Amino acid sequence: MSDDDKKFGTLSRRGFLKASIATAAAAAAPTILIRNAHAFVNEPKGATVTLGFNVPQTGPYADEGADELRAFKLAVKHLNGEGNGGMLNTMKPLSLKGNGILGKKVVYVTGDTQTKSDAARASAKRMIEKDGALMISGGSSSGVAIAVQSLCQEAGVIFMAGLTHSNDTTGKDKRKHGFRHFFNAYMSGQALAPVLAEEYGTDRRAYHLTADYTWGWTQEESIKNATEALGWKTVATVRTPLGAGDFSQYITPVLNSGADVLILNHYGKDMVNSLIQAVQFGLRDKMVNGKKFEIMVPLFSRLMAQGAGDAIKGILGSTNWNWSLTDEGSQAFVKSFGAEYGFPPSQAAHTCYVQTLLYANACEMAGTFNPCGVIEALEGFKFDGMGNGPTEYRAADHQCFKNVLVVRGNQNPTSQFDLLEVVKEVPRSQVAYDPKIFGGELGSCNA
Amino acid sequence: MQTIVASSRARDILLLALFSVVVLTAPLWATTIGAGYPDLLQKFAVFGLFAIGYNLLFGLTGYLSFGHAAFLGVGSYATVWSFKLLTMNVIPAVLLSVAISALFALVIGFLSLRRTGIYFSILTLAFAQMSYNLAYSVLTPITNGETGLRVLRNDPRVLDAALGVQVEGSPLADLFGITLTGYSGFYFCALLLILGFRVSLRIFRSPFGMKLVAIKSNQTRMEYTGFNPQPYLLSAFVISGMYAGLAGSLMAIVDPLAGAERMQWTASGEVVLMTILGGVGTLIGPVIGAATIKYFENIFSSFNDQVLQQAFDFLPDWLADFMVTIISPFVGDGWHLTLGALFMVIIIILPGGMMEGFRRIAALFGRKPVKEGQA
Repeated sequence: MSDDDKKFGTLSRRGFLKASIATAAAAAAPTILIRNAHAFVNEPKGATVTLGFNVPQTGPYADEGADELRAFKLAVKHLNGEGNGGMLNTMKPLSLKGNGILGKKVVYVTGDTQTKSDAARASAKRMIEKDGALMISGGSSSGVAIAVQSLCQEAGVIFMAGLTHSNDTTGKDKRKHGFRHFFNAYMSGQALAPVLAEEYGTDRRAYHLTADYTWGWTQEESIKNATEALGWKTVATVRTPLGAGDFSQYITPVLNSGADVLILNHYGKDMVNSLIQAVQFGLRDKMVNGKKFEIMVPLFSRLMAQGAGDAIKGILGSTNWNWSLTDEGSQAFVKSFGAEYGFPPSQAAHTCYVQTLLYANACEMAGTFNPCGVIEALEGFKFDGMGNGPTEYRAADHQCFKNVLVVRGNQNPTSQFDLLEVVKEVPRSQVAYDPKIFGGELGSCNA
Repeated sequence: MQTIVASSRARDILLLALFSVVVLTAPLWATTIGAGYPDLLQKFAVFGLFAIGYNLLFGLTGYLSFGHAAFLGVGSYATVWSFKLLTMNVIPAVLLSVAISALFALVIGFLSLRRTGIYFSILTLAFAQMSYNLAYSVLTPITNGETGLRVLRNDPRVLDAALGVQVEGSPLADLFGITLTGYSGFYFCALLLILGFRVSLRIFRSPFGMKLVAIKSNQTRMEYTGFNPQPYLLSAFVISGMYAGLAGSLMAIVDPLAGAERMQWTASGEVVLMTILGGVGTLIGPVIGAATIKYFENIFSSFNDQVLQQAFDFLPDWLADFMVTIISPFVGDGWHLTLGALFMVIIIILPGGMMEGFRRIAALFGRKPVKEGQA
């Protein structure tokens, strides 16, 4: 190294330090001032309020994401007093007036989560830091929901979870700023158990195939506990990699295991593939232990049922909501959604629509956009007329409690959307649980 | 193409100074293109660093690694564990991440560099995908699987506890009292990016860099002249892995979370795209490529019909609707399409990446073309 080079090194290093400190100070000064001037993050100052809809637009859950986005757009329309009002006509109690939220017109920004925690957080951060979003909603997987929920807690905005079914979202990973309308794996187990006992008896041997990640595990555990309480035995629980595509190597051993029920803890494309293959292997035509072999999918959705085609006929599962429900709220929503897009909404669309309305309503109730006020209004909020009957947002873990649907793949569908028939609407009292069983702490409001 | 020209030091100083100014004033100029918010600026810096490091391997030796995301992920996990067990201060976290990813790169590099060409690429891809699957499910006690590893309030943090540092609210990374979120987080990343650029510049100009280029041009000839290429290749691989580890560490510093999908093969592919898009073997190209891809991912994906309608508000209604219909498939959920098209155009017309485009434009305006390997 020559002298010349050394000089270059020291000079430039000092130069950097000076320049960077000066620039940092200059750039940081206004941001510090701005932050102090705010009462809370992204307080709306103009005539509009911005909501952020963070859904998977690309990747394995893109279908669900697209449906969620349709529902969000519809909700914004209804909040601003356009269209036929949808569930604003049926929701009780209702503080919304159809003139936006607290008199401010609702606008929205969208982002692509790609069903990846990093991309979802980047997208949510853009909405919060650049677009000034006050509330983030959406998501089609529990990993993403949990990641974005903790981000919203840190950033001081509200997170209204979309489709997330893992016990952890409002269990060990719950947050003060996060709210979930969707049901969870524990509730699926509790709701399915009595129906399973009725349909298949109490002396069954179950074989689990489980997607190998957090959601799969919590569902496997919940279903295992619920069925073992009935008197069922668990023969084996086998983990399958996410997105395996070919499940034949996992399905062949089932036949020789002595099990007479196969439980598929899969979701999305995995469920479509594993179910189709299990049916093609002729599992359902077999008699084992003197009983007819059965297959069960604890978490069902209509979009998945569409993908699986004929394979879903007669398969039992649970779902958060189905468009065939006849209550006033569901009917109003299906009607507006159908008029807008020409087909009925999925359960993901329903939960996202309801979450947006619930957030808006809570702002009206609190009379402020301040997240602390909104959280207070949502905690313990009891409402009706949004599908699923009387519903409560439990204050202890921000989980909604409502009736859970047990459904069966329709044997004789009357249309391409008429795929699931509701076997039983399990009352809320039967699926409720003590919030302490999953641990975790909400923390405090951050504004 | 990547001949290392013994250029004058003055030019390098100028380049470095210019680079520093552009990076440090990013919050000012990025606002004009809608990128002026901390998270995206942090991403620019972090992925710029990642691509610079990747370019040291791919650009100089021509070895196409398809597994660099593994080092990024390892760096992130190491940083989060340092936050969980030691302290929220970033210094130990950064050092630990770089050290562990270097170790990882040493092992993977030692095994993969037995082979060249496509076999090397496949080996690195296999190792990275193996790391991803391990992190996603098998190693869940260490990585927290799909949910991702996060810093919690009740983590032990022995150094902080010994010094009596209390965490209020969510724990955030800090540098001796400066919380590294938002713009301060960006400046921290930016300083390390400039440092990384400086080191890369030194390597490009050094005899070591020259030997790497010699490996690329003709490995057999190099062996005949009495050099064993293996140690040089392994060093380049480890250095580049350390850059990736540092980038991963910075990602976890500005947003204390580490997820397995950071290690997926698509993430490894992304850095290859960044480098090629910007210009393989050029100094600044990878940074530009990284910024371009991150800009598309974050800004183009956010253009929905509502935004487009506003953009074309000044046109008559029928024309505005027409424009929205034409453009909407390419933005929003179609951002991959636009990026793919741009990538194809660049590769077909400008095989040297965007840097070649800049050189051609410069030449067009009669300026003396900037020498290869310099910009």
